[in-house]
Amino acid sequence: MSKKIGVIVFPGSNCDHDAYHAMKHVMNADTTFLWHKDKEIGDLDLVIVPGGFSYGDYLRSGAIARFSPIMEAVQDYVKKGFPVLGICNGFQILLEAGLLPGAMLHNEKLRFVCKNVNIRVENNRSLFTSGMKEGTVLNVPVSHGEGNYFIDDEGLSDLKEHEQIAFRYCDANGNVTQEANFNGSVDSIAGIINKQGNVLGMMPHPERAMEPLLGSSDGIPFFESIFNSLQLA
Amino acid sequence: MYKAKVNITLRKSILDPKGKAAHHALQNLGLKNVKDVRIGKFIEMNIDADSQNEARELAETACTQLLANEVMEDFQVEIEE
Repeated sequence: MSKKIGVIVFPGSNCDHDAYHAMKHVMNADTTFLWHKDKEIGDLDLVIVPGGFSYGDYLRSGAIARFSPIMEAVQDYVKKGFPVLGICNGFQILLEAGLLPGAMLHNEKLRFVCKNVNIRVENNRSLFTSGMKEGTVLNVPVSHGEGNYFIDDEGLSDLKEHEQIAFRYCDANGNVTQEANFNGSVDSIAGIINKQGNVLGMMPHPERAMEPLLGSSDGIPFFESIFNSLQLA
Repeated sequence: MYKAKVNITLRKSILDPKGKAAHHALQNLGLKNVKDVRIGKFIEMNIDADSQNEARELAETACTQLLANEVMEDFQVEIEE
């Protein structure tokens, strides 16, 4: 049966159509947009909070979007155990909403970085990553100015203890190096999951790596992994 | 009516790359006695409240709920009449 996916649209979202295209035309899922003013999620198997610059990144990335009516519905949806994937600005929004721990600082070198990077699957015991082997390297684009993930030491130990680190920046061979950690994130973190395991936030854009023509199709095994988990649920 | 003046800065333990870049530039200008620079945000709010304490409480709520992210930022509130 076809999976039902929702992609949230905020004023200033700009990867909503990338996510829609990836889900509908590459993954052949039944995909709909959710408007930021919507108050209900409805009958969906997965909600994607896409990248972009919601509300112009005013104050802090994601800080204003968090107060949209749809985010209250997302809080309920998460409480019920349904999966939510936040990409880039979507990750920032989930952090601001308290659905994931930590915060985003400006990239260490202050530059907006737009390029393909490598990330390593750190943990495949989540519904998002279970279809991939640990250590798998994915080549996916990043495009952000505020992706320098910060969490204090206590929070970091907590993430490690509960196996919440999903992806780390690495080189092409899968080695986590200082050079590969281009934005200065704590412990090279590129993506984390919540304790319940149904929310994933990541800075890289797997939805923009779905077709070889566009440079990489490494997003496909990632979304296949999610879709397989949804199939089993 | 009260005026709340809010200063928001990155927590002391966090490296402030903008401050560091500005510090570096000030050094190049020859202002060698500038030893450290931290860059933050300044926010002013006019608050309708019955007392200074009430205005302060309101301003602090605004900070903790929206204006500052306490995971990475500290804030200071000053209230003026």
